[in-house]
Amino acid sequence: MTTTTPRRRRPGRVRWWTYLLLAAATVACLFPLYWMFIVATTDTATATRMPPEVVPGGNFLHLVGLVLETVPFLQALLNSLAVATAIGVGQAVLCALAGFAFAKLSFPGRNTLFLLVVLTMTVPTQLSVIPQYMIMSQLGWVDTLQALIVPGLASAFGIFWMRQHITATISDELVQAATIDGANTWQVFWRIAFPIVRPAAFVLGLFGFVTAWNDFLWPFIVLKSPERYTAQIAIKALQNSYDVDLGLAMSGSFLATIPLVVLFVIVGRRMVAGILEGAFKG
Amino acid sequence: MTAVTATLTPAPSAALPPPASPKGRRLGERLSAYAYIAPFFVLFAVFGLFPFAFTFYVALFDWNPIGDQVFIGADNFTRMFADPRFWNAAGNTVSIWFLSTVPQLLLALVLAHVLNHARLRFALFFRMSMLIPYVTSVAATAIVFAQLFDRDYGLLNWLLGLVGVEPVDFVQSTWGSHLLIATMVVWRWFGYTTLLYLASLQSVPRAVFEAAAIDGAGPWQRFRHITVPSLRPVIIFTVVTSTIGGLQIFTEPLLIASGAPLTCGAVRQCQTLTLFLYEQGFGQFEFGYGSAIGVALFAMVVVIAAVNYLLSTRIKADR
Repeated sequence: MTTTTPRRRRPGRVRWWTYLLLAAATVACLFPLYWMFIVATTDTATATRMPPEVVPGGNFLHLVGLVLETVPFLQALLNSLAVATAIGVGQAVLCALAGFAFAKLSFPGRNTLFLLVVLTMTVPTQLSVIPQYMIMSQLGWVDTLQALIVPGLASAFGIFWMRQHITATISDELVQAATIDGANTWQVFWRIAFPIVRPAAFVLGLFGFVTAWNDFLWPFIVLKSPERYTAQIAIKALQNSYDVDLGLAMSGSFLATIPLVVLFVIVGRRMVAGILEGAFKG
Repeated sequence: MTAVTATLTPAPSAALPPPASPKGRRLGERLSAYAYIAPFFVLFAVFGLFPFAFTFYVALFDWNPIGDQVFIGADNFTRMFADPRFWNAAGNTVSIWFLSTVPQLLLALVLAHVLNHARLRFALFFRMSMLIPYVTSVAATAIVFAQLFDRDYGLLNWLLGLVGVEPVDFVQSTWGSHLLIATMVVWRWFGYTTLLYLASLQSVPRAVFEAAAIDGAGPWQRFRHITVPSLRPVIIFTVVTSTIGGLQIFTEPLLIASGAPLTCGAVRQCQTLTLFLYEQGFGQFEFGYGSAIGVALFAMVVVIAAVNYLLSTRIKADR
């Protein structure tokens, strides 16, 4: 587009196609969930008829009954909740504590050790599933939930992030004043530092929760009995009994997704803010 | 959440100990500090670093979990390089990675650019909608997309049928299954990547965009000369993370080919490297061979990250 005289634009105007583009992206993001809901609530005959239904059918409860007959799905949801909560809370507390030590305490080797934490982020641990499984065998943790929880508690990124926050929000003077008043480091952390960085720790815990809830490969390797399945592994088990009903795996997927969507509606704003706050600052 | 490559700001030098404080307190501070950071190092050593190093060791054995472990040196690797299934999985992995990374990053670039508009309405709604796929599990995503792309009952083939196209059997064809998996990956990650780019864009002073607009730069020029250059570091970062993520694609191929999950179909048309690793390690109980595949995966991560790094510095030098 060349014009002889530069046209002076008002920098503020948003063009209509911008909204069109964003609306299309939004529809693309929401449609698969809507479709999950449609198929999860209709019987096979209706779900496979074309043109497809656009309103949910009344078959949901029947399908949920089938799901529960096939795998212990409620147990699986509870297992997922236990694992994801433990990882979310554990990461938030452990990373805040370690971040606090790196930001506010002086000890020999502090910078070297912190560099080491950052370096651990470059190790693709996912590729070592075979030795990880051997370790779990040695510990006798195969087919237990702690096999999912304990390794999930270590988060180098979380420590990095909490250290940034504590450095930015808590002054050395504050820590010093509390120390002079006779508080030990544990008290300084719990009474002064943690209340201030709680929002950041909460967001970190949220991401930990979501990641743990949705994890597949590791639980798939380490869990054996149906009553230990997480929701994601239960979905796979439902798919294995595909011949029962087309909507079965879809209903399971729907049941496993709904809790997270509800959570996201409540606190998703803070997750968005967390990403925008600069998990990444190039 | 993904890792970061932020500039490391050195921790502020610790406050000088108040002269009045007894020595015991300083010692206590040190000991407690070590206690606070110890859990991470212990956990990482046991569940991260040791398994990682041990993978290289196991790869040198014919290692049966319930039988013998025989040292065979580099035999697993010679076998791997002669194994057409390995090369097939490597090709599939690269193909899926390319099909999912390029559109995802381009889409994120454009969306971040428009989301950065000062007077955009409903901005929070758009941002939140884009993160919905991220909170949806890969397993659920795979089930839904497999249904949408189904040969006989899928919505997509019905729509294609309306315009007179014969039904496509996505899962059973090579390019179709790659496209299906890549679509899932793009769907899941494009919003997250968009927000990462937006975070980076928001640190560009708004005045820069406004000045450009007043000087007559159109939207395309602003995009080309302000948005893209200022996002360079975060683009490199996302290319590297999407590469590492792309090499580990596992759940999607396992779930779309429900008939032959471990090979992702009859002719391994969409078996990825991580799925191949799983098939050998936990399907065939070949721990040694599986670990060798893990080592190969690691080598690929290193090579691709290095290539990205070199390319990005080259681009920088050319400008």
